[in-house]
Amino acid sequence: MIGSLALSLTIHLALLLLFAPLLQGVITKTKALFAGRVGAPLLQPYYDLARLMRKGFVFSRTTTWVFQAGPVVGLAVPLLASLLIPFGGLAAPISFEGDFILFVYLFALSRFFTATAALDTGSSFEGMGAAREVTFSCLAEPTMLFTLLVLARLSGGLSLNTLFGKHLLDAWHSEAGTSLGLILVCLFVVLLVENSRIPFDDPNTHLELTMIHEVMVLDHSGPAFGMILYGASLKMMVLGAIVVRLALPWQTGWWLSDALLFMAGLIAMAVFIGVIESIMARLRLPRVPQMLIGTSLLSIFALVLVLR
Amino acid sequence: MIELTNPLLLAVILINFFTLGSARLGACIRVVALQGALLALLPLATHGMSGHALILGAGALLLKGIFIPTLLLRAIREVRIRREVEPIIGFVPTLIIGALTTAGAFIFADFLPLIAEHHEGFYVPTALATIFTGFLLLITRRKAITQILGYLLLENGIFIFGVLLSAAMPLMVEAGVLLDLLVGVFVMGIVLNQINREFSTLNTERLSALKE
Repeated sequence: MIGSLALSLTIHLALLLLFAPLLQGVITKTKALFAGRVGAPLLQPYYDLARLMRKGFVFSRTTTWVFQAGPVVGLAVPLLASLLIPFGGLAAPISFEGDFILFVYLFALSRFFTATAALDTGSSFEGMGAAREVTFSCLAEPTMLFTLLVLARLSGGLSLNTLFGKHLLDAWHSEAGTSLGLILVCLFVVLLVENSRIPFDDPNTHLELTMIHEVMVLDHSGPAFGMILYGASLKMMVLGAIVVRLALPWQTGWWLSDALLFMAGLIAMAVFIGVIESIMARLRLPRVPQMLIGTSLLSIFALVLVLR
Repeated sequence: MIELTNPLLLAVILINFFTLGSARLGACIRVVALQGALLALLPLATHGMSGHALILGAGALLLKGIFIPTLLLRAIREVRIRREVEPIIGFVPTLIIGALTTAGAFIFADFLPLIAEHHEGFYVPTALATIFTGFLLLITRRKAITQILGYLLLENGIFIFGVLLSAAMPLMVEAGVLLDLLVGVFVMGIVLNQINREFSTLNTERLSALKE
């Protein structure tokens, strides 16, 4: 019992910690290929992290411990959340009734700390970014909860392990397939918003008026910034795991092939995000809440479909 | 035939949401045309390949998918308007009302005394939801073009109801409905030009000011 728990914990964490930054690399590479450039090497995010970790800390004298807590919580939360969700066919190491609510609000916790760390610097500029981030994510949260409710209704259980269990494959073929399709789209939009990808936020922009997530982490440097970047890529993989599991519900039963299928799915997702970023322009800021309310309504509609 | 009709009807509902949420008239006209074309497939998907269904589908495709949208696109090119500004109720509130009425239509359809085979599919709720969306567009928008689109959606909803009955409904009735629609859009097109020439805008509320 303890042995199998330790094994699944090791596999889970090793997959997460080693594989996550690669997704960012795949996205950058896809965008570069679309633009006709060679682009940074696939492993560039790992080099960046290593470089940042070797640097020293610089803290402004106006900041307090809250400022330092931001990156730490930002890194710890995706780690904790990853233990609750199944990675493809690999079941989650920790699972209990109702853990999907904890899963959603763990991310709210990390957002709270990132926002307060941004406010702690006293820069009005970072306050603006924090306000935007909080607005957008409080609109994305209902979508996330309603999609999980749809899955809970379909599976009859309340833990993420049963929500993303073996029944998904049959559910796709049954009448519920249409609402699964709807919530897949909704979850993908949430993934893009939460990870500040292009139609909603540009991770590369440094134009003051338009940045959302980027502006909040301006004052962090060195290892703290490295932790933020690493936390961001972990978050992308954790949220991506949900999307991939929903889109590829197959499982083979042997852990290695399950893990390979899962990783292939994640890479395909990263390529897809790269393609979207290459062919779409950013939405105007007032359009983003409109879009998010639209996805909330879609997920509510999907819930109505499975409830009838 | 449930497998093909359900995604079709779901796409119809998504298009309803899009027309409620989008401000761009060109995009709205195109998706309503797409909705008409999708609905043209519906009789074939429901009743299989019969002459009756083919004629119904072809008529709907020609009129609602191609002819009327071309007219409307030409109209907005001539009067040079691109987007709906300041609807009477905002875009997000109408979207929310639209979603609520759609959910309401699904719940309401369960209580209707329908025959058993109509209880299964999405036909009745989708028809009701599309009719409500048409009403909403007619009520909340200021531009005459969007009001025509509301009228088209209304007809699309009635068409979905009609498909359920099309085994019993003679072709003449459906042809009459389509002809009515065409004449309606024609008349509205002429009115549109008149409004534009008179007030150099397409806002219909100017019409009620004439009384003073």
